[in-house]
Amino acid sequence: MIECKHISKIYKSPSVESGQSIETSALKDVSFKVANGEFVAIMGPSGSGKSTLMHILGALDTPSKGEYLLDGQNVSNLSDDDLADIRKNKIGFVFQSFNLLPRATALRNVTLPLVYSDTKKEEREKKAKEALLSSGLDEAHFNHLSNQLSGGQMQRVAIARALVNNPALILADEPTGNLDSKTGEIVLATFKKLNKIQGRTIILITHEKEVAQHANRIIHIKDGQIENSST
Amino acid sequence: MTISDLIHETYSALVANKVRSGLTVLGIVIGIGSVIAMIAIGQGSQQTIQDNIESLGSNLILVMPGAQRGIGMQISQGRGSSQTLTIEDALAVSQEASLANGVAPELSGRYQVTAKGTNTNTSVIGTTSAYPLIRNVQIFDGSFITDQQITSKSKVAVLGPTVRDDLFSADSDPIGQSIRIKNIEFKVIGVTKAKGGSGFSNQDDTIFIPITTNQQFLAGSDRVSTISVQAKEQKSMAQLQEQITEILLVRHNISDPSLADFSTLNQTDIVSAASSVTKTFTILLGSVAAISLIVGGIGIMNMMLTTVTERTREIGLRKAIGAKKKDVNLQFLTEAVALTFLGGIIGIIMGWLISFGVHYFADIATKVSVTSILLAFGVSGSIGVLFGYYPAKRASGLNPIEALRYE
Ligand SMILES: Nc1ncnc2c1ncn2[C@@H]1O[C@H](COP(=O)(O)OP(=O)(O)O)[C@@H](O)[C@H]1O
Ligand SMILES: [Mg+2]
Repeated sequence: MIECKHISKIYKSPSVESGQSIETSALKDVSFKVANGEFVAIMGPSGSGKSTLMHILGALDTPSKGEYLLDGQNVSNLSDDDLADIRKNKIGFVFQSFNLLPRATALRNVTLPLVYSDTKKEEREKKAKEALLSSGLDEAHFNHLSNQLSGGQMQRVAIARALVNNPALILADEPTGNLDSKTGEIVLATFKKLNKIQGRTIILITHEKEVAQHANRIIHIKDGQIENSST
Repeated sequence: MTISDLIHETYSALVANKVRSGLTVLGIVIGIGSVIAMIAIGQGSQQTIQDNIESLGSNLILVMPGAQRGIGMQISQGRGSSQTLTIEDALAVSQEASLANGVAPELSGRYQVTAKGTNTNTSVIGTTSAYPLIRNVQIFDGSFITDQQITSKSKVAVLGPTVRDDLFSADSDPIGQSIRIKNIEFKVIGVTKAKGGSGFSNQDDTIFIPITTNQQFLAGSDRVSTISVQAKEQKSMAQLQEQITEILLVRHNISDPSLADFSTLNQTDIVSAASSVTKTFTILLGSVAAISLIVGGIGIMNMMLTTVTERTREIGLRKAIGAKKKDVNLQFLTEAVALTFLGGIIGIIMGWLISFGVHYFADIATKVSVTSILLAFGVSGSIGVLFGYYPAKRASGLNPIEALRYE
């Protein structure tokens, strides 16, 4: 369902001293596949290119070279608006820093993707509540403002938001990075459950071995290159 | 994204920053409010001046002694200038000018007028029986001057309502009473209806007497200060003006029209001259107010740019979960337009209140027209689009990756 073929990403940024642009090769010839229903961790040290890879997998960015196929569709050369459509219909994001709207309730935050996918008003609340329940948030907190929730609760709301459009792929970039280890465990257990019970495809990005071990398969990345996959 | 989603987003965004939104709206309120009020004052005075001129009568051509000068100069003619116009001239015009409906010569001056224990200083117009028809004067009580009284140089007077109030009292019946003009006794034979004119040419504060009486007993000369000629219809006014000039040139033995010892003034010309002055005045007031509206618009832009910067992460998130450029664009544009529209509505109400207040306290005529209200609505909406466009474009152009990373 996901296939990366020889993906490279080169960042060009202007150099302060020389005035010429310097090139950073963040990904070098990355190839791998992820099947439907897999729970995969992408693990590597800081600066190894994990986030860059996630941006490409999440259709936030396109590779400089190579092909990225999502659900058989080539996503490598799409326009901004087409990429937005892919994100809307096929991908759910979970970020390290949650990125919830602070002045909105938990429920409203989860409803947000449905607003952009033109879901009917009547269906929105039902879908949002289902997503919140499967991400494990207590029903008592549904109508709390998101900035009144604890870190763990916030990340559950974020997971529910990622789930609500029923995406083919859930991408989580360091989802436990801002949580204490105990809360982190609970969030990881939620991912595990979603993978096992609902059969969701999940890609988890982390630099911590303990976190990565929750996945069924680990892809190691270093200096923008894949080292070896282990199961 | 449906309209109701857009309204919801806009409402919650604006409410989240009540003070800031309020101050920004205030800028627009002041701008729109002053535009409405200034235009109301301008158009109000335009109306007043027009009404005043029209209350003189309709389709009028005024003939005055003295050489032709520009509009505005001629009005100050009269006493000191050459005494070229006579009652005979007026008679000749009324007999020979085929396009004239009526001719009324007049000789006016200001005199001290006394009645029993009261006195006033007012304008006294000596004229003929044709005057009421031509100058749109109606009789409230009694009668106007008759031809017989003119021939016999009777000492009779018709009072304007203001003079009646000043010399007698508001409810009194002065007919048959006597007044003294320049210490000569006159008998009151009528009172004219109030015309309510204010400012210049207040015909309510006037006494009418036979022109012959005026010439002989008050002015002591047989001159005429104005001859009013009414055209049969408006479209023949220019032609009538030519007829009058021709008749008088022949009578005065002048062959070169540029050497004429009299001048004619067409009422249409006065109206258009006056309205072009007030139009300029309105435009001037309006543009001063428009500047404050632009300042208000810049306030909107400033606030929207701040908002976009503050909400960079939010914009990044919205894009990550599938918002397109146009969704983000529309959201911020709607916010800006909502602010200006709200400001527009409050501004219209405020402008209306101001113009009402100006009318009430300063007694200046104001006129809030439907056009200016519609214009204000349109302008406030466009200000929102105009000044919201750039911030919205900036928001929608944000790269979601950069935006999410933004701290
Ligand atoms: N927008 C960018 N412009 C230039 N260089 C970048 C940009 N984003 C990332 N990089 C570089 O690419 C490399 C990989 O970064 P990243 O994917 O963020 O790694 P990780 O998430 O594993 O820490 C780093 O060397 C980083 O400096
Ligand atoms: Mg990273």
